[in-house]
Amino acid sequence: MRQKTISPFSITRRALLAGIAVLPALTFASAPLRAQEVATADANTTGLAVTDDTVTVGILHSITGTMAISETGSVEAEKLAIDQINAAGGVLGRKIEYIQEDGASDWPTFAEKAKKLLVENKTAAVFGCWTSASRKAVLPVFEQYNGMLYYPTFYEGLEESPNVIYTGQEATQQIIAGIDWVVREKGAKSFYLLGSDYIWPRTANKIARKHIEKLGLKVSGEDYYPLGNTQFNSVINKIKLKKPDVIYAIVVGGSNVAFYKQLKAAGIDMSKEKPLLLTISVTEDEVRGIGGENIAGAYASMKYFESLPNDNNKAFVSAFKKMWGEDSVIGDVTQAAYLGPWLWKAAVEKAGSFDIDKVRAASPGIELTTAPEGYVRIHENHHLWSRTRIGHAREDGQFDVVFETKDLIEPNPFPEGYQ
Amino acid sequence: MSPALFLFRKREWIYFAILAFVLVIVFPSLFDNFRLNLIGKYLTYSFVALGLVLCWGYGGILSLGQGIFFGLGGYCMAMFLKLEASTPEATAIQSTPGIPDFMDWNQITSLPFWWEPFHSFTFTLFATIAVPVALAFIISVAMFKRRVGGVYFAIITQAIAAILTILIIGQQGYTGGVNGITDLRTLLGWDIRSDNARYVFYFICVALLLVSLIVAQFIRISKFGRLLIAMRDKEDRVRFSGYDVANFKIFIFCLAAALSAIGGAMFTLQVGFMSPSFVGIVPSIEMVIFCAVGGRLSIFGAIYGALLVNAAKTSLSETFPELWLFAMGGLFIAVVMVFPEGVAGLYRQHIEPLIVRGTSLLRIGKVRKPRPAAE
Amino acid sequence: MIGDYTYTEFTSILAMQGFAGLTLFSVFVLMALGLAIIFGQMGVINMAHGEFMILGAYMTYLCSQFFSVYLPSLFSIYFFFAMILAFAASFLLGMLVEWGLIRFLYRRPLDTLLATWGLSLILQQAYRSIFGAREVGVTLPDWLMGSIALTDIIEIPINGLFVMGLTALITLGVYFGMFRSNWGKRMRAVVQNRTMAGAVGINTKMVDRMTFGLGCGIAGIAGSAFTMIGSTGPTAGQLYIVDTFLIVVFGGAGSLIGTIASAFSISQAQSTIEFFLSGSMAKVLTLLTVVGILMLRPQGLFTLKIRR
Repeated sequence: MRQKTISPFSITRRALLAGIAVLPALTFASAPLRAQEVATADANTTGLAVTDDTVTVGILHSITGTMAISETGSVEAEKLAIDQINAAGGVLGRKIEYIQEDGASDWPTFAEKAKKLLVENKTAAVFGCWTSASRKAVLPVFEQYNGMLYYPTFYEGLEESPNVIYTGQEATQQIIAGIDWVVREKGAKSFYLLGSDYIWPRTANKIARKHIEKLGLKVSGEDYYPLGNTQFNSVINKIKLKKPDVIYAIVVGGSNVAFYKQLKAAGIDMSKEKPLLLTISVTEDEVRGIGGENIAGAYASMKYFESLPNDNNKAFVSAFKKMWGEDSVIGDVTQAAYLGPWLWKAAVEKAGSFDIDKVRAASPGIELTTAPEGYVRIHENHHLWSRTRIGHAREDGQFDVVFETKDLIEPNPFPEGYQ
Repeated sequence: MSPALFLFRKREWIYFAILAFVLVIVFPSLFDNFRLNLIGKYLTYSFVALGLVLCWGYGGILSLGQGIFFGLGGYCMAMFLKLEASTPEATAIQSTPGIPDFMDWNQITSLPFWWEPFHSFTFTLFATIAVPVALAFIISVAMFKRRVGGVYFAIITQAIAAILTILIIGQQGYTGGVNGITDLRTLLGWDIRSDNARYVFYFICVALLLVSLIVAQFIRISKFGRLLIAMRDKEDRVRFSGYDVANFKIFIFCLAAALSAIGGAMFTLQVGFMSPSFVGIVPSIEMVIFCAVGGRLSIFGAIYGALLVNAAKTSLSETFPELWLFAMGGLFIAVVMVFPEGVAGLYRQHIEPLIVRGTSLLRIGKVRKPRPAAE
Repeated sequence: MIGDYTYTEFTSILAMQGFAGLTLFSVFVLMALGLAIIFGQMGVINMAHGEFMILGAYMTYLCSQFFSVYLPSLFSIYFFFAMILAFAASFLLGMLVEWGLIRFLYRRPLDTLLATWGLSLILQQAYRSIFGAREVGVTLPDWLMGSIALTDIIEIPINGLFVMGLTALITLGVYFGMFRSNWGKRMRAVVQNRTMAGAVGINTKMVDRMTFGLGCGIAGIAGSAFTMIGSTGPTAGQLYIVDTFLIVVFGGAGSLIGTIASAFSISQAQSTIEFFLSGSMAKVLTLLTVVGILMLRPQGLFTLKIRR
């Protein structure tokens, strides 16, 4: 389990000196291959959109509809990564070109566009999807036409497709470390589980409940509200009565704003930590809508926060802000989306080929020492080994990282006994 | 002449032939499998639009809940396909093999009883139509027997669509929740994802659509069709003439529901999944616009309307995703303000007269020629 | 002991759930009042009602940004300016829409439904282009945050009280406007007999335009109040539209009292069921009951006896 990490700092510092601070260098097992070394005919035996100078990939997110709010950051991060890779010489010496499609927050549209990207555009990889529903919709398409999808969102697990690389955390990675932390550090004894009504919060809460009960602690209540619900007074009353030590909230989207505002208005002061609020669904992106003052004092458990103090992250944050504006914020998913193109590049160059099957075979074991979150490595099961961190929400919308797991946590999409 | 020939007027036979020619010959030879599959998907909406022409255009009953029936039809088919895909071998990694994967994720350990009948394909075919029609029957009996119509009916159907969506999402252990029922593989052992299957489904879809057209036309020209129009325009007079208005309305609403359900089932087969995003309010209202753009009084227009709007949606959202909503919104307003009878109305006003004049000129020419010989 | 709770806890539950229900009730009334005027009095189905609300919410957002940058000393009372601005913006847009769109469609209610749905799509995309797809947060002045603690358990949120007070004020305003003012008299005259109203010298076109504008303006205020409890995003308006229509229809179109009564019963039912079942099921059960009752009693709870 314990992973010996190679320090990336010396390389990055040299890169800084060389004046290319915004282009995190990559290190991996074999030396990078150059275009002239790999003929197009060898690097692409299955008819993908690869020429001597370019390779085409797809970006598939919602730009319109309800999910556009969440997916914008991912699109921006993927474009940034592609720009940086191109500036650093591309993939196998080929410049990445992208075709962007709009999933329009509509699952069949996702499936339709995924098929277009694979069948008509012959893209070598697709970076995209956000909700579980959109991933489930495109999954059969990727499996049938043998494409490669880099999926950025933290999600419920219970899936392990040979055609997807999951760059976000699966539920056990995100949840168990967080609960262990509040139990250990804050002495929490009882939990109130709360979520929006769809698969991710429900599965996540199931994992949380199993873990809490395994620790011999109490779940004092569990509640779900429809997506988009804006009235949480009833559950807040229930919380006040049951007096749990921890409110474990997995509310998503617009409901978040209502939930935290009403929580504060009802006199539950999160800075007093009685009860303490722990969430796995609020990133810096969401805080922007909620308003920092409404959520200050809450804890979030995930793998990345914009305020992470390492050099990789500083370079990433400044490059991101340079490209998309000073007032942009970066959440966990945005960072995970940024990893996608880099992981793909590393796998392609390790394989020496764009062929999906070869990239897939090369993917397990690919490591990224330049990841803003620190160090990640692809597991056999296509998820990432990563650390989990606890952030403490500040008034200004950022999080203070108060804890990070010592070891990389092994992804385990099909947890024994938690199903 | 047999009544079948009377079904369409001569000109309408030509329209029918043109439509059949376009769908059966032109599209398949013009487009590759991917685009043809897309057209097949659009055509499933044509069923809904066709139902709306009868129910809204002729019957004056605007339903904002056709997504309910589209969705239910699609879900019935999806349940059958999901059961077929969830063999104990294919789901061996689950804690309870042999049930659909989403049930396993939700700790359900045995198949709910109301899923059991969907092991049978015959039952599924029956349920695909019967379940939506039964619901439509309940709704329409309750409403029309109490003489509720118009705006109220629209709002109630909309509310039912909202309820059904929340219910499907909330009961995810039984319905797949927001993800819907996905990863459908085979129909009676035949891989529905193959290019070959897609071709076959396209033609089945076209065939069903053409049959539905003939049924719709039969209703349109029958006495019942005339009564529908009479009811739409002066309901009380029809009632005073001794007709039971409610029964006619119930029938036409159930028929529209059945058509939508066929569309939904064909959608599931061609797209490979079904999700609550087709049941809700937004898709239901979009379905109305397909009908309105085609022309709410034209059964042929409905089919072209669904094709046109969806093709525009696909191509616009590929090139200018931001513009799509503006275009769609503009379309709603234009179809109400500028061309209330849709494409069919434009055709009737501007193009048909030209054709008529053209053909009549020819005919006059033909008639005139023999005249000198007679003199 | 009642169930898991002690007697004091149980009474606290009742009190707090009652208050939660009242907050929901105020929100429902605010949402439905504007619609009740437009739909009940004019027979126009305004599917863009939610978008008018969101316009008010965005105006409040702009106001809060403006005050925090240029007039920080007045920040604590910016909300009142924001509400006025929200009303004005929605009112003007409403009049514009009436002039450009609705007035051609008075005799075709189903067509108003389609046209305003189109309008709502356009407005949504416009908000997205102007304000961005992300949701925006509105900072509230300190005095609106927090709560008054009555007992250990019972705490009354101040913004909830504020919304209730606002609702009461607006409801009274609408009541006096409609039933005690000359303008209201003219409006009701037009509703009851357009031709006669015109014949006695009422400018019916102007009355229509003002009525529609007023309905939209109230929606704007509702949106402004909403920023205190909900979120402001381009598509947030669509979430409320079905609930709102059901409230108006359930109350009996055209009846102001009916709208209030139906908002009250729906909100109390929902918040009570919510306490015992999950939020999703509470919503399904409430809506189902409403639809069921409407099927049995299609005219709604209260009806005006009008000869058609």
